[in-house]
Amino acid sequence: MNIYFNGGNVPKILKNSEIETADLIDKTNDKINVNSLRAFFGKFEAIKNITLNFSENKITAIIGPSGCGKSTLLRCLNRMHEEVGGTMKGEILLDGENIFNHDPVWLRKKIGMVFQKPNPFPTMSIADNVTIGLRLNGRHSKRKLTEVVESSLRQAFLWDEVKDNLKSSGASLSGGQQQRLCIARTLAVNPEVILLDEPTSALDPISTAKIEEMLIGLKEKYTIVIVTHNMQQAARISDYTAFMYLGELIEYNLTKKIFLAPDKKQTEDYITGRFG
Amino acid sequence: MMSYYKWRKFKSSAMITLCLISVLIAIVPLFVILLYTISKGVDAISWDFFTKMPKPAGEAGGGMANALVGSGILLGLGSIVGLPVGILSGIYLSENRNSMFASIVRFLTEVLNGIPSIVVGVFAYGVIVVPMHRFSAIAGGFALAILMLPIVTRTTEEMLNLVPASFREASLALGISKWKTTLFVIFPTAMKGVFTGILLSIARAAGETAPLLFTSLGNRFWSTQLDQPIASLTVFIYDYAKAPFDDWNRQAWAAALVLVVIILFINIIFRIISRKR
Repeated sequence: MNIYFNGGNVPKILKNSEIETADLIDKTNDKINVNSLRAFFGKFEAIKNITLNFSENKITAIIGPSGCGKSTLLRCLNRMHEEVGGTMKGEILLDGENIFNHDPVWLRKKIGMVFQKPNPFPTMSIADNVTIGLRLNGRHSKRKLTEVVESSLRQAFLWDEVKDNLKSSGASLSGGQQQRLCIARTLAVNPEVILLDEPTSALDPISTAKIEEMLIGLKEKYTIVIVTHNMQQAARISDYTAFMYLGELIEYNLTKKIFLAPDKKQTEDYITGRFG
Repeated sequence: MMSYYKWRKFKSSAMITLCLISVLIAIVPLFVILLYTISKGVDAISWDFFTKMPKPAGEAGGGMANALVGSGILLGLGSIVGLPVGILSGIYLSENRNSMFASIVRFLTEVLNGIPSIVVGVFAYGVIVVPMHRFSAIAGGFALAILMLPIVTRTTEEMLNLVPASFREASLALGISKWKTTLFVIFPTAMKGVFTGILLSIARAAGETAPLLFTSLGNRFWSTQLDQPIASLTVFIYDYAKAPFDDWNRQAWAAALVLVVIILFINIIFRIISRKR
């Protein structure tokens, strides 16, 4: 079934019988399990008792209106939520291991993150931006670092554009290139999971398309979780989609199921643009 | 309608003129001081002035080589203590922005910044000169370090706070530990500003006289020993300016000129360094 929507067309809602529902979320292939997670900013409860799984080598999109807690959920997964003074209750398992039993540094080497606004380090060259995670976490030979620069930039579809000026500042690139540099920087640490927090919302359509194409390729090696405002983007690239509203997980299912025949009225209203 | 726009335009240009006049008022004293110092001091400056020792009163000529070296030593001592402590304190304050202890320290730093330098001199006298039973370079350097401390601390903190939080997050999200993030990602980003703080503090310390009067005292003879009284440019100026000899007064002007030029040079050098970053 072709579920590629384009041109901002609102998908037609099908009846449940019109879509095969046999292959819903594959529960045998979990990379991350979130069990009864609650997250707080002070007294405010931003995530209200959410349970869901992220499957290995799949792209999972988290959608929902502003303030629904989707970024917070993402930032719980690599414990960045703690860095802004937030607190969490519940359990998050990475390959069955409770992440709260480990040091955040250990966790963040396995779970990389790309942010909404491109943020390459302004004092470093393009090459140094890519290798910073490696260089600050142990000694590596020059040859190894050079290899990592090339392979990471290639994976991020940036190599051809910057290979001749790896020494120039990361801040000299365009917005779209900067974001791909940030992705290369994340890949260089060789994580298992990549979290993306609205990575294309500050970019033009061409840069967005490049990044989307890259992500589809990357899922062969990585588990990808992407928060997006752009529902077409979720529909284009993700295997699973979670719809959140006011801190709660309303619906989580195959992307085509969510977009073609959602079970919940709220989901349907949101993806058809009736609210949100 | 037209007259309304004219009135607005008039107000706008009147305010701009006012701003310009204020700038001129602020700049004119600087140039007057510079020109006056140059015109008074340039006559007494010669090669001897930099290389020779002071001569006894009544004898013509002589220089201030010992004061030049002494000032360097005192500034060095002050920097060795003041800069690291100040920079590390600034990092601490920036890292623990909201803690109670940090706000107390921040407040005390501001108080320290406002304390008259002569009081700092008295303090150094009480803490170092009295127990050692002698004036010394160490006491002078200590007093200068205390004066530099709050400037370096506050500028370091402010410059670190200006670094967008997104860089810290990006670094932490790469699995880089907190202290490495601060030291190797955040600090280099703020380096330019931190340099400015260092520059400000050195320039301020270089021009201080009061705290040196009863700590390093001054010395008419060559000395580089840290536990002995040591000469400095500012005390040299102070002594020579109030002396009843014309020749000394001229040398005081010359020393003042040298001091101003040195401070100017420090400024220019750090400007060039910080622009390159």
